[in-house]
Amino acid sequence: MSDLTAFRAEVRDWMARHLTGKFAELKYRGGSGEGDVLPELRKEWERELAAGRWTCPGWSQEHGGRGLSVAEQVAFQEEYSRAGGPGRMGHIGEGLMGPTLIAFGTEDQKKRFLPGILSGTEVWCQGYSEPSAGSDFGNIKTRARLDPETGDWIVSGQKVWTSLAHLSDWIFVVARCEEGSVGRNGLIFLLMPLAQPGVEIHPIKQIGGGAEFNSVFFDGARAKAEDVVGQLGDGWKIAMALLGFERGISTLGQQMSFQQELDLIVDIAKGNGSDRSPAIRQRVAYAWTGLRAMRYLAMRVLSDDQSAETRREALTYKYQWSNWHRDLGRLAMDVLKMDANVVSDDPRRERLQQMFLFARADTIYGGTNEIQLNIIAEQGLGMPREPRGKL
Amino acid sequence: MLEFTPDQQMIRKEAQRFLREQSSSEATRRVVDAAASHDAALWASISRELGWCAMAIPEEYGGLGLGATEVAILMELTGARLACVPFWSTVCLAAPLLQSAGNEAARAKYLAAIAAGEMAVTVAYADPSVVDPAATVAVKASRTAAGYRLDGRVAQVVDLEVADVVLVPAELEGGATALFALSRDAGQTVTPLKVLDGTRPIASLDLAVEVPADSRIDDGGVSADQLGQALASANLGLAAEQLGTAQGALDVTLAYIAERVQFGRTIASFQAIKHRCARLVVDIAEARSLVFGAAASLGEGGDNALEISGARVLASDLQFRAAEEAIQLHGGIGFTWEYDPHLYFKRAQASAALLGPRDAHLDGIAASVFGDGGLK
Repeated sequence: MSDLTAFRAEVRDWMARHLTGKFAELKYRGGSGEGDVLPELRKEWERELAAGRWTCPGWSQEHGGRGLSVAEQVAFQEEYSRAGGPGRMGHIGEGLMGPTLIAFGTEDQKKRFLPGILSGTEVWCQGYSEPSAGSDFGNIKTRARLDPETGDWIVSGQKVWTSLAHLSDWIFVVARCEEGSVGRNGLIFLLMPLAQPGVEIHPIKQIGGGAEFNSVFFDGARAKAEDVVGQLGDGWKIAMALLGFERGISTLGQQMSFQQELDLIVDIAKGNGSDRSPAIRQRVAYAWTGLRAMRYLAMRVLSDDQSAETRREALTYKYQWSNWHRDLGRLAMDVLKMDANVVSDDPRRERLQQMFLFARADTIYGGTNEIQLNIIAEQGLGMPREPRGKL
Repeated sequence: MLEFTPDQQMIRKEAQRFLREQSSSEATRRVVDAAASHDAALWASISRELGWCAMAIPEEYGGLGLGATEVAILMELTGARLACVPFWSTVCLAAPLLQSAGNEAARAKYLAAIAAGEMAVTVAYADPSVVDPAATVAVKASRTAAGYRLDGRVAQVVDLEVADVVLVPAELEGGATALFALSRDAGQTVTPLKVLDGTRPIASLDLAVEVPADSRIDDGGVSADQLGQALASANLGLAAEQLGTAQGALDVTLAYIAERVQFGRTIASFQAIKHRCARLVVDIAEARSLVFGAAASLGEGGDNALEISGARVLASDLQFRAAEEAIQLHGGIGFTWEYDPHLYFKRAQASAALLGPRDAHLDGIAASVFGDGGLK
């Protein structure tokens, strides 16, 4: 335990010395609804983190990380968020792409791609969803066709809801490589540079006015033969494994920013008299309670507990945090009262307004509420699966 | 990280197996239908043979010296089976009060008897429906030549009829609180009440008695702090029990809907029903996490008392929702005496009212979060 205390102190100290000067502007930025703010400075911050060896700290030392334990990774995430560390531009590379390459990539792929992720110089984005493959992710229509002359894969189709594609260097794409295949079969997992002919990126202006998501159009764009991860037909397996890699460690950092949002709400309530309302007080207390429960749930999920209860209840985590956060958005607006309706440059109000709006996406992306409940019922409770339609 | 130790896992598994065999719906119904005080055979096994009451009693008094997590595990499981035993009153209500406020002689005598499984004990709090049940006075104590005279009426005492000993907080002349321990033959009048929830009997206690000086068992008065410690354990145990009862209601419901066929398919295959069951799992996961998270740090100070209050809020909400859904998803038979949902539903109501309603617990949390001591 004392080791962890010393480790936390080390992180705090590093953050205090580095999240300052030109980076001070980044404090508490780039969170919910702000994925696209101050992109150049945040990319620079990624390189600053890398210089301190704080990118990918959970990766093994063999792969360039610090080999931190789960408890240390949690401590890092918490201290990072507590210090106001900005939303991470390198999150997809560090949390998803890197671990996937470490598990499934060739030596050559690891050698070519891990250093760019570690150094914070190459930003990745995720090409999963499509206009007709949202909740029904197996319904992917983007096609990859082998070019017999070069061995390249030629990709055509559209990905959508691609976070930060307009600020990224590389995208991983799940595409259909077998003509006529359906569902989980016949998919391929490709790594593609975004700066090439045949790729067009169109930002999607979202509910809060920002544009963190994009549509990415592929029209004859190329993936090199050596940039296929796994075998042909492995696309589904790798895509699913990728989603499992994170294990939710970064959610402890996310919870720290939830706590900051709640603290901000309490502070505003004390300033504008909302704290005199018994109903508001009860809602704040209920939010406090939910956040505590969420923290302990995350600690159960991250433990080695393999009991039936914990495995089943781990499936509820996404539903828990996203619905809690959505409710917090409404509470924030009710605390602000009429001020909630006026856009100002008060950063505290702006943060809560953005959170209020963007939290509506929380219960949609990464598996909607409805899909989450299906998963809990089917995988957690063993209830009958949803029948597939024929359309 | 938060997980059970191998020993805790074993306790849980063994208890689950035992209760599945010995604590059936029929056994619960026998107690409810007869308006009995408890399931005597089950209680004898739990207290004497299995030593569950010894779990959290310090080793110096013959206990196992284990902690709140082990007790919460057992509370959850007895709750799931609606076991009609004075386990919560003895282990979570009375033993922690003896431990925090009892003098050395009383601890040696009563905690040892509880640990040995020889004694059921309860507490006659003046008003068990509020967060601080000792805030109001129901019993007055005055000195006599040989000891004390106790006068007053406590309207509702949980498990009073079965209890071998009842602990009575009483107000002394001058306002301080003393604690008395009365055995069955101390001259009190116990009147069992006809209750909505027959799984947890309640009786009223009338006192107009003279008791010897050694009936007083506190160590120079009972402080708010000592009461607070005792109530934290009581609330935590109750929250664990409520969680278990919710899980029990869901289990009963899942078994039923997997068999019930309408429109040529089991009703468990309808998404409307799947989602409602899944929502209960979400709420169970939330409550379970807070109950066992708070149990792991019981007594460590900090926000622990608030977490326990929060656990009561979540568990009370959950228990009600699970019982309501049990009735609804059973359809018409969910409304009958013959099927079990009503037992869970009535228990949900009775438990939610104990030791403070949800709103009062939320007020307490808000007072701390806003740092203003509460609305005046």
